[in-house]
Amino acid sequence: MLLIKELKKALGVALWFVFLTFPIMVIKVDPIERIIRYRWENAAYVAIVTFTVYLVMSFIKLRKLRVTADKKESKPSRNVIHSILNNKKQLAVLSFMILAIALVFPHFFSVYQTNVMTTALMYVVLGLGLNIVVGMAGLLDLGFVAFYAVGAYSYALLNYHFGLGFWVVLPIGGALAAIFGIILGFPVLRLRGDYLAIVTLGFGEIIRLILENWGEFSQGPSGISNISRPGFFGMDFSLETSIMYMYYIMVIGVIVTIFIVNRLQDSRLGRAWIALREDEIACQAMGIDKRKTKLAAFSLGAFWAGLIGVVFAAKTTFINPASFTFLESAIILSIVVLGGMGSIIGVIIGAFILILMPEYLRALSEYRMLAFGGVMVAMMVFRPQGMIANIRRTYKFEKQK
Amino acid sequence: MDYFIELLFSGLTRGSIYALIALGYTMVYGIIGLINFAHGEIYMIGAFTAFIVATVLSIYGFPLLAIIVIAGVAAAVWSSAYGYTIEKIAYKPLRHAPRLSPLISAIGMSIFLQNYVLLAQTSDFLPFPALIPEFEFMEPVAHIVGSSDLVILITTTIVMLILTYIIKFTRVGKAMRATAQDRTMAMLVGINVNQIISATFIIGSALAAIGGLLIASHIGQINFYIGFIAGIKAFTAAVLGGIGSIPGAVLGSLVLGLTESFATGYVSSDYEDVFAFSLLVLILIFKPSGLLGKAETKKV
Amino acid sequence: MNTQILKVNGLTMDFGGIRALNSLDLDVNRGEIVALIGPNGAGKTTFFNCITGIYAPTEGEVYLAAPGSDTSVSLKGLKPNQVTEKGLARTFQNIRLFAKMTVLENVMIGRHCRTKAFVLGAVFRNKATRDEEQSILETSYAILQKVGLEQYVNEFANNLPYGAQRRLEVARALATEPLLLLLDEPAAGMNPQETIELEKLIKEISSEGQSILLIEHDMTLVMSLSDRIFVMDYGKKIAEGTPVEIRENPAVIKAYLGEDVDA
Ligand SMILES: Nc1ncnc2c1ncn2[C@@H]1O[C@H](COP(=O)(O)OP(=O)(O)OP(=O)(O)O)[C@@H](O)[C@H]1O
Ligand SMILES: [Mg+2]
Repeated sequence: MLLIKELKKALGVALWFVFLTFPIMVIKVDPIERIIRYRWENAAYVAIVTFTVYLVMSFIKLRKLRVTADKKESKPSRNVIHSILNNKKQLAVLSFMILAIALVFPHFFSVYQTNVMTTALMYVVLGLGLNIVVGMAGLLDLGFVAFYAVGAYSYALLNYHFGLGFWVVLPIGGALAAIFGIILGFPVLRLRGDYLAIVTLGFGEIIRLILENWGEFSQGPSGISNISRPGFFGMDFSLETSIMYMYYIMVIGVIVTIFIVNRLQDSRLGRAWIALREDEIACQAMGIDKRKTKLAAFSLGAFWAGLIGVVFAAKTTFINPASFTFLESAIILSIVVLGGMGSIIGVIIGAFILILMPEYLRALSEYRMLAFGGVMVAMMVFRPQGMIANIRRTYKFEKQK
Repeated sequence: MDYFIELLFSGLTRGSIYALIALGYTMVYGIIGLINFAHGEIYMIGAFTAFIVATVLSIYGFPLLAIIVIAGVAAAVWSSAYGYTIEKIAYKPLRHAPRLSPLISAIGMSIFLQNYVLLAQTSDFLPFPALIPEFEFMEPVAHIVGSSDLVILITTTIVMLILTYIIKFTRVGKAMRATAQDRTMAMLVGINVNQIISATFIIGSALAAIGGLLIASHIGQINFYIGFIAGIKAFTAAVLGGIGSIPGAVLGSLVLGLTESFATGYVSSDYEDVFAFSLLVLILIFKPSGLLGKAETKKV
Repeated sequence: MNTQILKVNGLTMDFGGIRALNSLDLDVNRGEIVALIGPNGAGKTTFFNCITGIYAPTEGEVYLAAPGSDTSVSLKGLKPNQVTEKGLARTFQNIRLFAKMTVLENVMIGRHCRTKAFVLGAVFRNKATRDEEQSILETSYAILQKVGLEQYVNEFANNLPYGAQRRLEVARALATEPLLLLLDEPAAGMNPQETIELEKLIKEISSEGQSILLIEHDMTLVMSLSDRIFVMDYGKKIAEGTPVEIRENPAVIKAYLGEDVDA
């Protein structure tokens, strides 16, 4: 009985979507040749997909109802990852294994694979940086890519005009981005959450448009090429070695970032960020300086973006404004959202999934941005805490007295 | 002087298109407090639907008037359907979630829709058929004010009047205003809030679709990305006027359209978008309540 | 002589056309428990919001005694966090805990304004930071023990039973070491047993010398706890005095209790 009702509903939903997507999915016109193509197969796909998705979802919903009815009180089940994280020994073994794999990776895989992995590691760091801002402090920053651009252009320009090397500019790029973060943060951080999001988006676009239009400064849309790769005590590398070198730089970069972010999370400042995310007014009433705390988060996030910007410029040896569009911010944001806002391990896994999947499943790469958008919606609707929910540190106390 | 009038009219034209889109932002914001980031995409889908339908009809040899009417209706119907569906999928489940969740969902939806159109259609710019003919009686002034400017201005004025009527005098409109003021209270007096929210999305989407049709035929080309910039600009206009306020959205749009037109006409067109974004940032920082909005103290 | 810890003169707050506070005077002496009562919508919470810097009052002065001296400081124009630093801490009528933080962390947040470590301290964890962190932990745990929540240390705040959440609000405010503790309807929604325990807790805190300003609708609690009572209605003070005086004040009976009878 119930099944038939659900089937009917699913059919209704499928029909609705066929109607909805009809003009865009089915009809394709060529206005110049004046040809119309009807792609009826697309309508069938839409129907099948929405029908199945609806059925699966209502099935899951039903089961959830039953499960919660069955066992009244369900302890928040901590998953495998959480239990490993809580067990020092297991964690050490696991980290050691991952590190070992990371270190030998370039010797077993091609240069191309190593390069892809370097990119993934860059996004891990970008994700962890944005995670400070969005995940911990709860500030939705849609212009994160602007700070990434600041870092990249710092290196490109300083290298182009003054011949400065990677290691000199790395801290400069980070610092410049952090300063930009503070400059932007001062006026905007008192804004309400959703306005903040839009202002940062606007800021990101302004930076990009300026880079595009102010040719004397940034060489406009054609960008800057021949940026030096990182050196190592004046040695010159072959392309292959320098890709390996870049990879190891990023491995170290990721380790350092995890170490620092982890410490930040369990500090006085980290707690203040999370409190700020949970309830701004209560937070202030508890004596936390809202502006200072937000600025710290904002500029720290920007700092990481700046660092990776420098790395990006050095890795590709060519940059132009097209690398710094809003979509880039959206990708980094979806890493944070997918992984689990505030959860370090979640963000790392999120970055690998979102960057490597389209890389290895070539067929998928076309659907990459579609999937990013879909992931953001689905995550918010079904699992707002992300894949790996953030857990807070627990403390043990001796019974006193 | 001619140049001034030309800029004035092009500013008004721009402004009235922004207004059609800005109204959707402002109405949705007024009712559920959400910046419907996907609204620009609704407008883009409206333009695409109009483009597809108009091209199909013109290939089949329909007369121009029929093409305009059918394409317009189709754009409005499908955009509304998208608006309605998006609300049900991406926003309704998040009504009681923390404020940023629906916004992230909306951004995701926007990216999804852009790429959906990109994949299902094309990433190229498509030539949009000129639906609005050059009127003969406009000939003497055609170098200053185009026929399509005139049509856009007249159409938007009519649409605004209809909207005002709906909001002021119909049951739905009254229920919308009540829901915007106090959702719980509206629920208590028996208003079906879910229906009203859907209605808001439908009306807002239909307006955006009309905007999409008009601008596409005015500019003569479309692609999947037009919603992003237009959306941001319309949002700027809505905030400028005071988000949540309907007359504010119209006023803000006209101001934005005119300033843009004069700035690009007399200063430089390179930084047109920078200008709009800067305006957005400045208003949000210095006067987030906008021209006609009220500043409120949040209840603690 | 300066026993006054809080002194409020002519506090007025307008919301558009509504005057929520109308030239209100109020004072609290060191070590006292003072109650602020009045019918719903009288402006009590608004009063708290104004003196803690959450709302900017239209007019009026707020002075708080400076710790360990005879002078007092004006709280006018300070931000909420600065007010808390000066020594005014509050709880919220509609509980505002940090839901996704543990009970212990909620209290640790209260220690924020009495500690210093920032970015560098967090990253390098030098000796000073480690010591500070240890002291935050110990103080916070001690406060949890005092309010009787130590069994919940590692629970998320929003998983606590209602009464425990209200106590946690008190603990969090206490952690800021306030000169004056502001409690906004701490017993609201509690069952009689919880209310009795709360009363015991407030008495205990008070016996340690903590000054308290209390908003409460539970008259039994108010009468048994307070040294003095202020009564307000429509943003105005209509009476002040000892519990006995207030109980017999005709204006209070009319404004406050009378409304209950009518309803
Ligand atoms: N931010 C605000 N904006 C507008 N009006 C407000 C605001 N905050 C409070 N008010 C109004 O001020 C008046 C006093 O409210 P307040 O919350 O201070 O009452 P209260 O005495 O705490 O009542 P209760 O016992 O119900 O908690 C009410 O009329 C309320 O609607
Ligand atoms: Mg109150």
